Amino acid sequence: MADFVTSLPSLEAIDATPAQKPRRLMTEILYDWVTTVDHKKIGLMYIGSALLFLVAGGIEALIMRIQLAVPHNTFVSPEVFNRMFTMHGTTMVFFMGMPILFGFGNYLIPLMIGARDMAFPRLNAFSFWVSLLGGLLLYYSFIGGSGLYGAGTAPDVGWFAYAPLTAKAFSPGHSTDYWTISILLSGIGSIGTALNIVATIISMRCPGMKLSRMPLLPWLYLVLSNMVFITVSPLTAAQIMLMFDRYLGSHFFDTQAGGSAVLWIHFFWIFGHPEVYILVMPAFAFMNEIIPVFSRKAIFGYPAMVAASVGIGFVSMSVWAHHMFTVGMGAGANVFFVLSSMVVAIPTGIKIFNWLATIWGGKVRFATPMMFSVGFLFQFLIAGLTGVMLAAAPFDWQLHNSYFVVAHFHYVLVGGILFAFFAAFYYWYPKVTGRMMNERLGKWHFWLMVIGFHMTFDFMHIPGILGMPRRVYTYEPRPGWEVLNLIVSIGALFQAIAILLFVINLIRSNYKGDIAGNDPWDAWTLEWSVTSPPPVYNFATTPVVYSRRPLWDIKHPEDPDWNYE
Amino acid sequence: MAYPAFAAAADSSSVQPGTGPHSTSYLSQGSTSIFSPAATPSHWIFSLSMFVLAITLAIFLIVAGLLTYALIRYRHHNLETYNEPAQIYGSNQIELAWTVIPALIVVMLFLTSSRVILATQDTTKPADAVDVVVIGHQFWWEYRYPKLGIVTANELHIPISDPAHPTPTYLEMSSADVVHSFWVPRLAGKMDVIPNRVNTMWIDPPTPGLYLGQCNQFCGVQHAKMLLRVYADTPEAFAAWVAEQKKPAVENPKDPSVAEGREVFLHSACVNCHTVSGTMANGRFGPDLTHVASRDTIASGAVNNNADNMKKWIDDPSSFKPGALMPPMHLNEHDLNAVTAYMMSLH
Repeated sequence: MADFVTSLPSLEAIDATPAQKPRRLMTEILYDWVTTVDHKKIGLMYIGSALLFLVAGGIEALIMRIQLAVPHNTFVSPEVFNRMFTMHGTTMVFFMGMPILFGFGNYLIPLMIGARDMAFPRLNAFSFWVSLLGGLLLYYSFIGGSGLYGAGTAPDVGWFAYAPLTAKAFSPGHSTDYWTISILLSGIGSIGTALNIVATIISMRCPGMKLSRMPLLPWLYLVLSNMVFITVSPLTAAQIMLMFDRYLGSHFFDTQAGGSAVLWIHFFWIFGHPEVYILVMPAFAFMNEIIPVFSRKAIFGYPAMVAASVGIGFVSMSVWAHHMFTVGMGAGANVFFVLSSMVVAIPTGIKIFNWLATIWGGKVRFATPMMFSVGFLFQFLIAGLTGVMLAAAPFDWQLHNSYFVVAHFHYVLVGGILFAFFAAFYYWYPKVTGRMMNERLGKWHFWLMVIGFHMTFDFMHIPGILGMPRRVYTYEPRPGWEVLNLIVSIGALFQAIAILLFVINLIRSNYKGDIAGNDPWDAWTLEWSVTSPPPVYNFATTPVVYSRRPLWDIKHPEDPDWNYE
Repeated sequence: MAYPAFAAAADSSSVQPGTGPHSTSYLSQGSTSIFSPAATPSHWIFSLSMFVLAITLAIFLIVAGLLTYALIRYRHHNLETYNEPAQIYGSNQIELAWTVIPALIVVMLFLTSSRVILATQDTTKPADAVDVVVIGHQFWWEYRYPKLGIVTANELHIPISDPAHPTPTYLEMSSADVVHSFWVPRLAGKMDVIPNRVNTMWIDPPTPGLYLGQCNQFCGVQHAKMLLRVYADTPEAFAAWVAEQKKPAVENPKDPSVAEGREVFLHSACVNCHTVSGTMANGRFGPDLTHVASRDTIASGAVNNNADNMKKWIDDPSSFKPGALMPPMHLNEHDLNAVTAYMMSLH
């Protein structure tokens, strides 16, 4: 083996950047960003736009929580409240969740598989800009949504927009059209980038990187991108059918003319449920990279992790009707979807247990990325268990569309996915900027987020059990509802402050952070072998890998991974 | 019709002057917790819930305990000097174990859930069952009793069901406009109320009382104030209620302002949407008003039914429910008082 090691090519990139950069005009910099086809810049633009939409969606959430802090509140009108939850949901899923996951994928995948760019750089830029256009159109509806001069209006039909509330008779004006078109555009962008990711991973891995040696992050992106193909298509079809209904006189969802409301519900959730798994796959991906590095151990059970991910991808396609236990399906269909939904718990359990086994026997460093990862583990565990409760159809007959469900999916989306994204920000920020994020601010961010998250979403389960439905702009002060809603609203403020600290940290560290160096976390995947920030071409020479952890092999030539894989 | 649980509150709300529109002691009285079941379907769900909660709690304690132990036991403070720990790449036996054990738990939960699904959904309707047709509207509930020839709104009366001689109520539900959902947590799980489709559910509370709930599927501006009130009556009380409801509207009132109000009502746009049986008013877009004064609430449970609230509602429905589909009637003060008096006479 010894000669093998010495024959390893140096993975250190040659830095060809001139020592002193020439000053450039603002317009030149702008032109550079707008016309770029570099996967790193596109990735950063994806992430930047997602953060802007995160703030917008967060403000909408705060408005809702102020309104619901006390019963019979008149902070906003019912019309405004209904727009707020519609915009919040649509923004967070389509214009925060999808862009941010594609942003990280865009930035990291070529670096982790030893490629110089994505397979289709121009398609990449197109996908980003078309998604962003969708988001801008959605927000333009605040000004232009009424379709008449006078006050504007935003969509107010809920983010799953059940027919026939979206029909012309019940939603006059153009706000629903803005919603439809923005989601159509977002879908086109998603499919473009998903295609790009699949092509990149299949055809651009560096020599030696068999699929079985690929890091788990690209693996999970491979799975989620394939899911995007299958699930976004029915959503796009449904949006086109809805436009036909609204403008060309078709009757797909027009119940007054024999159309079917349930058809829309099927279309939406065939997209909607796998979408949750699409959003959670990157969180799994980040955990698979961060937990091993901060426990100083290889991931436990790599093949099982891959199998579990692919398994979740497949099973998640057959669970959509657990959103429909109350639409009056027959007992047979209900029984089937109970089983398929509960089966998801098995591969998900494998993941949690394998992360636990990775930590077991390691040496755990509690830097900020690991703290957010630990938050993820506990919160995702709880989210999964409340998911099992909701999969038991009769339990769901009570809990469906109540605040319990809102608490459950925010446990997944905030406690799971958003915490994982925060971990990823702290972990890869040094690679992107060349500087470390501030640890002290990071810990403040973490603890405030933990306090706020648990105040909001732990207590939010209980009003659901006490009979409080979601999407109500106000409520009667039934026993327990008042105090619980107040606690939930106070928690939202804590989260807002935490995210403010995070944004400050992001901006400040870019100028004042400690210099990171190539490999601040003593990590093992290829992105840490190049300079921080990486050069435009990523790798001066194409790397060659012999195991799943090429940097481990270099750091430990006496005990390389390929002996054990 | 005396229900000890709320009769006192009902009295106070109708007698005390100055009771605000949201005199909450009455409107919000009573639990809507899914954990205080009061009928067979909700009892079954409650038992299943407790079982599922126990299993998931046990899983949580075990996994979270192991995680906490591992994080404390294997934490490492000294970041400068450490030797890499032993690298372990996996173990087929262990991984097989934590695949098989969850699979067995899933099978168990699946079978228990299926039993409740089949028990609730695959029932045969007993001959003594009461039939009610429920029609969801933006933003109120219409109840029709086809066998009894009664039409009413927003307050559903059903007989209690003696477990020895069950008389469950079967609700056949559909919608006149968009998707709604019928949820009275103490009686049963919810069922969506969907246009162009009929869904069925059944309830059988054995004890008299008032059971509250509300629309559970977002249906437009006033989704929040589309409240549900189910009155479970003793057989005698139910029979008395049915007899009252079957009568046509109270006619030939002696109070002159009531007679005047009746004239104003019948000669204004009210009749386009509302029915008062025995008169020319036969609109179906809004609630049937034949016995509106016999109800405890108006505006689909949003406010108590008294002369003050009735007057405010007729004058401008958006004062209680902004976005309600009833337009403000723009009556002058005199006519407004007269129509209010007429409404309050329709017992």
